[in-house]
Amino acid sequence: MTTGTEQTIQFYEKRMPIVTRSVKGRFRNFKTAVLILAYTVYFGLPWVPWHRHDAASQAVMFDMDGRRFFIFDLVVYPQNVFWLAILLFIAAAILFFATTLIGRAFCGYFCFQTLWTDLFIWVEQAIQGERPARLRLQKQPWNAEKVAKVGTTHLIWLLIAFWTGITFILYFGYAPDLLKRIFTGHAASAAYIGVVGLALSTYAAAAFMREQICAYICPYGRFQSVMYEPETLAVAYDVRRGEGKEGRISPKGELKNRETRIEQGHGDCIDCGFCVQVCPAGIDIRDGLQYKCISCGLCIDACNNIMDSMGYPKGLIRYDSEANLALETPKPPAISWKRWKVAGYLVAILVMTVGLLYSITQRTEFEVSVQQIRQPLFVILSSGEIRNRYQIRLTNKTDRDAVYSISAKNLPPQALDLGDMQTVTVRSGKSIIVQASVKLQPEQAEEYEHFTFVIQSLTNPADRSEESANFYNEHNHT
Amino acid sequence: MNQKIGQKPAPQTTGHAWDDDLQEYNNPVPTWWLVAFYISVAAAVIYWFLYPAWPIGGSYTKGFDTITYVNDKGVTKTTHWNTRALLMKETNEAVAAQKPYYTKVASTPFEKITKDPELDSFVVSAGKQLFSDNCAACHQQGGAGKVGFAPNLTDDDWLYGGKFTNIQQTIIGGRHGYMPPFAEVLDDKQVSQLADYVLSLSKIAVDPASAQAGNALFHSETAACYYCHGDNAQGRQEIGSANLTDRIWLWANVPGSNTVADKEAAVKNVIRKGLNKGVMPAWQDRLSADQIKLLTVYVHELGGGK
Repeated sequence: MTTGTEQTIQFYEKRMPIVTRSVKGRFRNFKTAVLILAYTVYFGLPWVPWHRHDAASQAVMFDMDGRRFFIFDLVVYPQNVFWLAILLFIAAAILFFATTLIGRAFCGYFCFQTLWTDLFIWVEQAIQGERPARLRLQKQPWNAEKVAKVGTTHLIWLLIAFWTGITFILYFGYAPDLLKRIFTGHAASAAYIGVVGLALSTYAAAAFMREQICAYICPYGRFQSVMYEPETLAVAYDVRRGEGKEGRISPKGELKNRETRIEQGHGDCIDCGFCVQVCPAGIDIRDGLQYKCISCGLCIDACNNIMDSMGYPKGLIRYDSEANLALETPKPPAISWKRWKVAGYLVAILVMTVGLLYSITQRTEFEVSVQQIRQPLFVILSSGEIRNRYQIRLTNKTDRDAVYSISAKNLPPQALDLGDMQTVTVRSGKSIIVQASVKLQPEQAEEYEHFTFVIQSLTNPADRSEESANFYNEHNHT
Repeated sequence: MNQKIGQKPAPQTTGHAWDDDLQEYNNPVPTWWLVAFYISVAAAVIYWFLYPAWPIGGSYTKGFDTITYVNDKGVTKTTHWNTRALLMKETNEAVAAQKPYYTKVASTPFEKITKDPELDSFVVSAGKQLFSDNCAACHQQGGAGKVGFAPNLTDDDWLYGGKFTNIQQTIIGGRHGYMPPFAEVLDDKQVSQLADYVLSLSKIAVDPASAQAGNALFHSETAACYYCHGDNAQGRQEIGSANLTDRIWLWANVPGSNTVADKEAAVKNVIRKGLNKGVMPAWQDRLSADQIKLLTVYVHELGGGK
């Protein structure tokens, strides 16, 4: 700017397209294994049939109409929503636990953004070729070859995205039937909105946004950084070994020989750039730990392969901790367990998991709530007796019809009136309301201020619930 | 941002210079913003065609979208899209969803409804809505009524009977309670004696002599109370006369009066002035037979049975 005008500021950095090179190695294999496992579960689970009492069903099904979630033999009702809360707490604690030990392992290996981006890059490479071929294709004008290759890539991406959306929706109905209805136009509008919404967001996120999701959108990436400690293992470049005193240099002529390099003060890094080319986040790990690094380990694989071919020791880029790398002579990298923080996370995970499992195993097969009718709180009858009324809401959570008997403890005989509802049959998944009334003499009212409703399943003798209730009269109602 | 001076082109200007050197930068809005803006403009235009939009004099453009609904009189109507019609359409759908239950309530005898937990549960929840909309204005939300105004439906005292058929008849045809005024017929002492007698029936401590005199008066042809309230003063459900022997009071606020004198005054007031305000409207023209049947069961469950 020589004109003296102010420089215009660009609000957004222009994205440089990242064209990654494929790589082989331990971390690549691990990532592939996780991807296969995750996709088998995600895409396969809706198709696992499961025998249920009332209808053909699948292993995992979220029955929105019936307001119940089937997870194998566990039936979860909206009343159990706190299980979900605990599950999310546990997931968060595991995330913190893993992050403080080995950094952003979730981001690098398990996050669905990483998985789908990985698959989309794999498709891109299968059709358009390795990195140099793809770069060439990008530069060349739009001819038949480019249209065919790029078009096919996008078509396959769209198909994957579409099937991702469909699969998600299949969790909400009986898959074989729902799939047919989706394609014949008989599914609910929510199903179509879900499929299209998820397909488009998958397509956008995995084909175009990719690492930008991690860098600019995802909050988890950012707050995981807060959990890093000097002892945390992270993908790190050993600067001292790589740069030496004179910096990295390409291995020309006699510089191929490691001894010569060390004599001349050069490090082991031959500046081949492979670690940068394989990086899905488009960063240079040699610049140090940075917020864009999702800790996927592909640069470790790339560098190890080069070190092998050069005959240098592996591990120039490796999982290591900041504290260890700062030592005079770094020790072999190891997970640092002995920290209060780690113990704290572990205790939190254990306590919550035990609590959740306990709650699940102790669940009753029915849900009951007793509500005192408050308008009016009590009624004086023509004989002078006092009557309180209660509504008992009973939900059968099993997958078959059940019979329940309702009675009361700590009440004089004949005081409880249930009409014709002493024993009730409740269909699977249904709720009923039973109106109960309790009638006491005024002088009894003080004595029986608190009593208990007993709901006993006659179908399953182990299933029983006691609900405490109060009896109000003109003296104790304020 | 690694912006290096010299790499960027000179900023674009509008191309006009004022006063020799005064120029204006041309900073267009971002493309994504512009695209979103044009999409929303297009959406607005589509909206004008679909829905009511532009006022024209006393009318407005109606739009092409329509709603078909069935109105209160059972006539199917199709109009331009509007929220009133949308409400009617959604009400139609809700009514259709309740229809199978209503049909079942209509075809099931009263005694069987209360034995069927699922049907009874429907009665409790649907009945609560009907009761809130139609009955709660007088009988209060929970049915407890109000002394001096509307009977309590949650106790066991039923002026016109608390059996299913009684309650159903009460809702269908309404009721009109009447008691003649006695101020012209009886002197103050006689009214006091009657009041004491009536209070004594409810086991309230009053002057026994006065109550004894009241008893005689009650059964005499002078006051002739027994005509309506019966020899035993327990009332007659066929004409809706009150049972005077129980603890429940509708018109004279005896439970709410603290002293015996106040209680007596409340009863005397009723005897003197009589009653011509116990009016329950008839619902047969406002509610369907199915709704009335459902409400009957609901009210019966509040405290019926006698």
